[in-house]
Amino acid sequence: MKIIVNGEEKNVQSGTTVQTFLDMLDIEGRTVVVERNGEIHAHSDFRTLELCVDDQLEIVRFLGGG
Amino acid sequence: MDELKIADKTFASRLLVGTGKFASPQIMQQAIAASGAEIVTVALRRVDLKSKVDPTLQAIDRDKYLLLPNTSGARDAEEAVRVAKLARALSGIQWIKLEVTPDPRYLLPDPVETLKAAECLIKDGFVVLPYINADPVLAKRLEEAGTATVMPLGAPIGTNKGIKTKENIQIIIEQANVPVVVDAGLGAPSHAAEAMEMGADAVLVNTALAVAGDPVRMAEGFKLGVTAGRMAYLAGMGASHDTAQASSPLTGFLDK
Repeated sequence: MKIIVNGEEKNVQSGTTVQTFLDMLDIEGRTVVVERNGEIHAHSDFRTLELCVDDQLEIVRFLGGG
Repeated sequence: MDELKIADKTFASRLLVGTGKFASPQIMQQAIAASGAEIVTVALRRVDLKSKVDPTLQAIDRDKYLLLPNTSGARDAEEAVRVAKLARALSGIQWIKLEVTPDPRYLLPDPVETLKAAECLIKDGFVVLPYINADPVLAKRLEEAGTATVMPLGAPIGTNKGIKTKENIQIIIEQANVPVVVDAGLGAPSHAAEAMEMGADAVLVNTALAVAGDPVRMAEGFKLGVTAGRMAYLAGMGASHDTAQASSPLTGFLDK
Protein backbone atom coordinates (compact mmCIF):
# COMPACT_ATOMS: atom_id res chain seq x y z
CA MET A 1 0.00 0.00 0.00
CA LYS A 2 1.05 3.58 -0.62
CA ILE A 3 2.06 6.00 2.13
CA ILE A 4 3.72 9.41 2.04
CA VAL A 5 6.89 9.77 4.13
CA ASN A 6 8.60 13.14 4.44
CA GLY A 7 6.96 14.13 1.18
CA GLU A 8 8.06 10.99 -0.70
CA GLU A 9 5.79 8.18 -1.81
CA LYS A 10 6.67 4.78 -0.30
CA ASN A 11 5.16 1.32 -0.59
CA VAL A 12 4.77 -0.89 2.49
CA GLN A 13 2.93 -4.11 3.34
CA SER A 14 -0.32 -3.54 5.18
CA GLY A 15 0.06 -4.21 8.88
CA THR A 16 3.59 -2.74 8.95
CA THR A 17 4.27 -0.96 12.23
CA VAL A 18 6.18 2.29 12.46
CA GLN A 19 9.01 0.42 14.19
CA THR A 20 9.27 -2.15 11.38
CA PHE A 21 9.23 0.64 8.82
CA LEU A 22 12.02 2.52 10.62
CA ASP A 23 14.04 -0.70 10.83
CA MET A 24 13.68 -1.07 7.05
CA LEU A 25 15.08 2.44 6.61
CA ASP A 26 17.88 1.74 9.09
CA ILE A 27 16.69 4.54 11.38
CA GLU A 28 17.13 4.12 15.11
CA GLY A 29 13.72 4.66 16.72
CA ARG A 30 15.03 6.47 19.79
CA THR A 31 16.50 9.25 17.66
CA VAL A 32 13.30 10.27 15.90
CA VAL A 33 9.74 11.35 16.51
CA VAL A 34 6.93 10.62 14.10
CA GLU A 35 3.93 12.69 13.14
CA ARG A 36 1.21 10.64 11.46
CA ASN A 37 -1.65 12.53 9.84
CA GLY A 38 -0.92 15.47 12.11
CA GLU A 39 -0.77 13.42 15.31
CA ILE A 40 2.52 13.16 17.21
CA HIS A 41 3.87 9.76 18.25
CA ALA A 42 6.90 9.29 20.47
CA HIS A 43 9.20 6.27 20.46
CA SER A 44 7.02 4.33 22.92
CA ASP A 45 4.19 4.12 20.34
CA PHE A 46 6.28 2.81 17.44
CA ARG A 47 5.88 -0.94 18.09
CA THR A 48 2.11 -0.85 18.26
CA LEU A 49 1.35 1.82 15.69
CA GLU A 50 0.30 0.20 12.39
CA LEU A 51 0.52 2.12 9.16
CA CYS A 52 -2.60 2.55 7.03
CA VAL A 53 -3.03 3.28 3.36
CA ASP A 54 -2.44 6.94 2.39
CA ASP A 55 -0.90 7.74 5.79
CA GLN A 56 1.09 10.96 5.83
CA LEU A 57 4.22 10.47 7.91
CA GLU A 58 6.76 13.03 9.01
CA ILE A 59 9.89 11.54 10.57
CA VAL A 60 12.04 14.18 12.26
CA ARG A 61 15.13 14.30 14.42
CA PHE A 62 17.45 16.79 16.10
CA LEU A 63 20.17 18.39 14.03
CA GLY A 64 22.69 21.07 14.76
CA GLY A 65 21.11 24.50 15.12
CA GLY A 66 21.39 27.78 16.97
CA MET B 1 28.04 32.11 43.86
CA ASP B 2 26.92 34.13 40.84
CA GLU B 3 24.48 31.80 39.14
CA LEU B 4 22.17 32.20 36.18
CA LYS B 5 18.65 31.13 37.05
CA ILE B 6 16.19 30.33 34.26
CA ALA B 7 12.78 29.01 35.31
CA ASP B 8 13.57 26.41 38.01
CA LYS B 9 17.14 25.63 36.92
CA THR B 10 20.44 27.25 37.85
CA PHE B 11 23.60 27.42 35.75
CA ALA B 12 27.19 28.39 36.51
CA SER B 13 27.82 29.41 32.89
CA ARG B 14 26.27 32.46 31.27
CA LEU B 15 27.17 31.35 27.76
CA LEU B 16 24.69 29.33 25.73
CA VAL B 17 25.91 27.78 22.49
CA GLY B 18 24.30 26.52 19.32
CA THR B 19 25.28 23.36 17.49
CA GLY B 20 24.79 24.38 13.85
CA LYS B 21 27.32 24.66 11.04
CA PHE B 22 30.30 22.99 12.76
CA ALA B 23 32.67 21.17 10.41
CA SER B 24 32.32 17.91 12.33
CA PRO B 25 30.60 16.51 15.44
CA GLN B 26 34.03 16.16 17.07
CA ILE B 27 34.88 19.84 16.64
CA MET B 28 31.41 20.78 17.88
CA GLN B 29 31.84 18.61 20.95
CA GLN B 30 35.25 20.09 21.74
CA ALA B 31 34.02 23.63 21.17
CA ILE B 32 31.06 23.12 23.51
CA ALA B 33 33.39 21.73 26.16
CA ALA B 34 35.79 24.66 25.77
CA SER B 35 32.92 27.18 25.99
CA GLY B 36 31.90 25.92 29.41
CA ALA B 37 28.27 26.17 28.27
CA GLU B 38 25.64 24.12 30.06
CA ILE B 39 22.78 24.85 27.66
CA VAL B 40 23.10 23.87 24.00
CA THR B 41 20.51 24.53 21.31
CA VAL B 42 19.44 22.09 18.61
CA ALA B 43 17.06 22.22 15.65
CA LEU B 44 14.42 19.75 14.51
CA ARG B 45 14.44 18.60 10.89
CA ARG B 46 13.07 15.89 8.62
CA VAL B 47 15.16 12.74 8.46
CA ASP B 48 16.89 12.45 5.10
CA LEU B 49 15.59 9.10 3.83
CA LYS B 50 18.28 8.87 1.15
CA SER B 51 21.25 9.40 3.40
CA LYS B 52 22.52 6.63 5.65
CA VAL B 53 24.74 9.09 7.46
CA ASP B 54 23.36 9.61 10.93
CA PRO B 55 23.75 13.29 11.74
CA THR B 56 22.10 12.99 15.12
CA LEU B 57 23.64 14.73 18.03
CA GLN B 58 25.00 11.65 19.75
CA ALA B 59 28.12 13.67 20.50
CA ILE B 60 26.25 15.71 23.09
CA ASP B 61 26.24 14.21 26.57
CA ARG B 62 22.68 14.70 27.76
CA ASP B 63 23.68 14.29 31.41
CA LYS B 64 26.11 17.16 31.13
CA TYR B 65 24.19 19.60 28.95
CA LEU B 66 20.63 20.80 28.87
CA LEU B 67 19.38 20.35 25.32
CA LEU B 68 17.35 23.38 24.25
CA PRO B 69 15.41 22.62 21.06
CA ASN B 70 14.53 25.59 18.87
CA THR B 71 11.63 26.13 16.51
CA SER B 72 13.84 27.42 13.69
CA GLY B 73 12.21 27.15 10.31
CA ALA B 74 8.79 28.05 11.70
CA ARG B 75 7.20 30.92 9.77
CA ASP B 76 4.15 31.47 11.96
CA ALA B 77 2.80 30.63 15.39
CA GLU B 78 1.08 27.47 14.25
CA GLU B 79 4.28 26.01 12.79
CA ALA B 80 6.27 26.99 15.87
CA VAL B 81 3.81 25.24 18.18
CA ARG B 82 3.92 22.14 15.99
CA VAL B 83 7.73 22.03 16.04
CA ALA B 84 7.78 22.61 19.81
CA LYS B 85 5.43 19.70 20.43
CA LEU B 86 7.47 17.39 18.19
CA ALA B 87 10.65 18.43 20.00
CA ARG B 88 9.05 17.73 23.36
CA ALA B 89 7.86 14.29 22.23
CA LEU B 90 11.37 13.50 21.03
CA SER B 91 13.38 14.82 23.95
CA GLY B 92 11.02 14.80 26.88
CA ILE B 93 12.20 18.37 27.47
CA GLN B 94 9.65 21.09 28.20
CA TRP B 95 12.06 23.88 27.32
CA ILE B 96 11.79 25.51 23.92
CA LYS B 97 13.67 28.31 22.24
CA LEU B 98 10.87 29.99 20.32
CA GLU B 99 11.89 31.34 16.91
CA VAL B 100 9.40 32.53 14.32
CA THR B 101 11.15 33.91 11.26
CA PRO B 102 8.98 34.35 8.16
CA ASP B 103 11.67 36.02 6.03
CA PRO B 104 14.86 34.05 5.23
CA ARG B 105 16.89 37.06 4.05
CA TYR B 106 17.23 38.68 7.47
CA LEU B 107 15.62 35.96 9.63
CA LEU B 108 14.08 38.62 11.80
CA PRO B 109 11.54 37.31 14.31
CA ASP B 110 7.84 38.05 13.78
CA PRO B 111 6.71 39.75 17.00
CA VAL B 112 2.98 39.10 16.61
CA GLU B 113 3.34 35.41 15.82
CA THR B 114 6.01 34.98 18.51
CA LEU B 115 3.71 36.38 21.20
CA LYS B 116 0.83 34.26 19.94
CA ALA B 117 2.95 31.09 19.98
CA ALA B 118 4.40 31.91 23.41
CA GLU B 119 0.94 32.24 24.94
CA CYS B 120 -0.15 28.94 23.44
CA LEU B 121 3.01 27.06 24.51
CA ILE B 122 2.98 28.44 28.05
CA LYS B 123 -0.63 27.28 28.44
CA ASP B 124 0.58 23.84 27.36
CA GLY B 125 3.27 23.69 30.04
CA PHE B 126 6.33 24.73 28.03
CA VAL B 127 9.21 26.78 29.41
CA VAL B 128 9.49 29.37 26.64
CA LEU B 129 12.66 31.27 25.72
CA PRO B 130 11.63 33.59 22.88
CA TYR B 131 14.01 35.01 20.25
CA ILE B 132 12.92 38.59 19.60
CA ASN B 133 13.95 41.80 18.02
CA ALA B 134 15.25 44.24 20.60
CA ASP B 135 11.81 45.70 21.30
CA PRO B 136 11.32 46.64 24.95
CA VAL B 137 7.53 46.68 24.69
CA LEU B 138 7.42 43.22 23.16
CA ALA B 139 9.87 41.95 25.79
CA LYS B 140 7.51 43.22 28.49
CA ARG B 141 4.49 41.63 26.82
CA LEU B 142 6.27 38.27 26.62
CA GLU B 143 7.39 38.47 30.22
CA GLU B 144 3.80 39.20 31.26
CA ALA B 145 2.65 36.22 29.22
CA GLY B 146 4.99 34.08 31.31
CA THR B 147 8.11 33.45 29.23
CA ALA B 148 11.19 32.24 31.14
CA THR B 149 13.53 34.70 29.44
CA VAL B 150 13.62 37.20 26.65
CA MET B 151 16.29 36.81 23.97
CA PRO B 152 16.80 40.03 22.02
CA LEU B 153 19.04 39.99 18.96
CA GLY B 154 22.23 42.01 18.68
CA ALA B 155 22.13 41.76 14.89
CA PRO B 156 20.56 39.32 12.40
CA ILE B 157 21.44 35.64 12.86
CA GLY B 158 24.88 34.65 11.64
CA THR B 159 26.02 38.17 10.72
CA ASN B 160 28.80 38.49 13.35
CA LYS B 161 28.13 42.25 13.46
CA GLY B 162 27.93 42.65 17.21
CA ILE B 163 25.38 44.62 19.21
CA LYS B 164 23.66 46.96 16.75
CA THR B 165 20.60 47.27 18.97
CA LYS B 166 22.38 48.54 22.06
CA GLU B 167 20.05 51.32 23.17
CA ASN B 168 16.98 49.09 23.05
CA ILE B 169 18.70 46.14 24.71
CA GLN B 170 19.69 48.50 27.51
CA ILE B 171 16.04 49.40 28.02
CA ILE B 172 15.02 45.74 27.95
CA ILE B 173 17.63 44.94 30.62
CA GLU B 174 16.48 47.85 32.76
CA GLN B 175 12.85 46.75 32.64
CA ALA B 176 13.09 42.97 32.69
CA ASN B 177 12.20 40.72 35.60
CA VAL B 178 13.28 37.61 33.68
CA PRO B 179 16.78 36.84 32.42
CA VAL B 180 17.81 38.73 29.28
CA VAL B 181 19.85 36.56 26.91
CA VAL B 182 21.43 38.45 24.02
CA ASP B 183 21.14 36.12 21.05
CA ALA B 184 22.27 36.37 17.44
CA GLY B 185 24.80 38.52 15.66
CA LEU B 186 27.59 38.32 18.24
CA GLY B 187 30.78 37.73 16.27
CA ALA B 188 33.61 38.27 18.75
CA PRO B 189 34.30 37.76 22.45
CA SER B 190 34.34 41.55 22.82
CA HIS B 191 30.70 41.63 21.65
CA ALA B 192 29.80 39.07 24.30
CA ALA B 193 31.72 41.05 26.91
CA GLU B 194 29.87 44.22 25.87
CA ALA B 195 26.50 42.52 26.34
CA MET B 196 27.50 41.27 29.77
CA GLU B 197 28.92 44.67 30.81
CA MET B 198 25.53 46.16 29.91
CA GLY B 199 23.93 43.81 32.39
CA ALA B 200 22.65 41.05 30.15
CA ASP B 201 22.17 37.83 32.11
CA ALA B 202 23.65 35.62 29.39
CA VAL B 203 24.50 35.42 25.69
CA LEU B 204 23.92 32.78 23.03
CA VAL B 205 26.47 32.16 20.29
CA ASN B 206 26.63 29.72 17.39
CA THR B 207 27.96 31.02 14.07
CA ALA B 208 30.90 32.92 15.57
CA LEU B 209 32.23 29.64 16.97
CA ALA B 210 31.30 27.34 14.10
CA VAL B 211 32.88 29.43 11.33
CA ALA B 212 36.01 30.47 13.24
CA GLY B 213 39.38 29.25 12.00
CA ASP B 214 39.73 27.38 15.28
CA PRO B 215 36.26 26.91 16.82
CA VAL B 216 37.61 25.39 20.03
CA ARG B 217 39.88 28.33 20.76
CA MET B 218 37.14 30.78 19.81
CA ALA B 219 34.80 29.01 22.23
CA GLU B 220 37.29 29.54 25.00
CA GLY B 221 37.63 33.17 23.94
CA PHE B 222 33.87 33.66 24.25
CA LYS B 223 33.89 31.97 27.63
CA LEU B 224 36.50 34.48 28.84
CA GLY B 225 34.67 37.39 27.19
CA VAL B 226 31.45 36.51 28.99
CA THR B 227 33.26 36.12 32.29
CA ALA B 228 35.14 39.41 31.86
CA GLY B 229 31.98 41.31 30.97
CA ARG B 230 30.06 39.81 33.86
CA MET B 231 32.84 40.70 36.32
CA ALA B 232 32.87 44.29 35.08
CA TYR B 233 29.11 44.52 35.47
CA LEU B 234 29.20 43.14 39.00
CA ALA B 235 32.14 45.37 39.89
CA GLY B 236 30.27 48.47 38.73
CA MET B 237 31.93 50.44 35.96
CA GLY B 238 33.06 54.04 36.37
CA ALA B 239 31.20 56.83 34.62
CA SER B 240 32.48 58.13 31.28
CA HIS B 241 33.40 61.80 30.86
CA ASP B 242 34.01 64.17 27.95
CA THR B 243 37.13 65.71 29.51
CA ALA B 244 40.17 64.20 31.17
CA GLN B 245 39.92 63.14 34.78
CA ALA B 246 43.51 62.93 35.99
CA SER B 247 44.49 59.62 37.44
CA SER B 248 47.66 61.03 39.01
CA PRO B 249 47.28 63.74 41.68
CA LEU B 250 47.56 67.19 40.08
CA THR B 251 48.91 68.82 43.21
CA GLY B 252 52.42 68.19 44.49
CA PHE B 253 55.53 70.14 43.65
CA LEU B 254 55.73 71.00 39.89
CA ASP B 255 52.90 73.51 40.16
CA LYS B 256 54.51 75.34 43.07
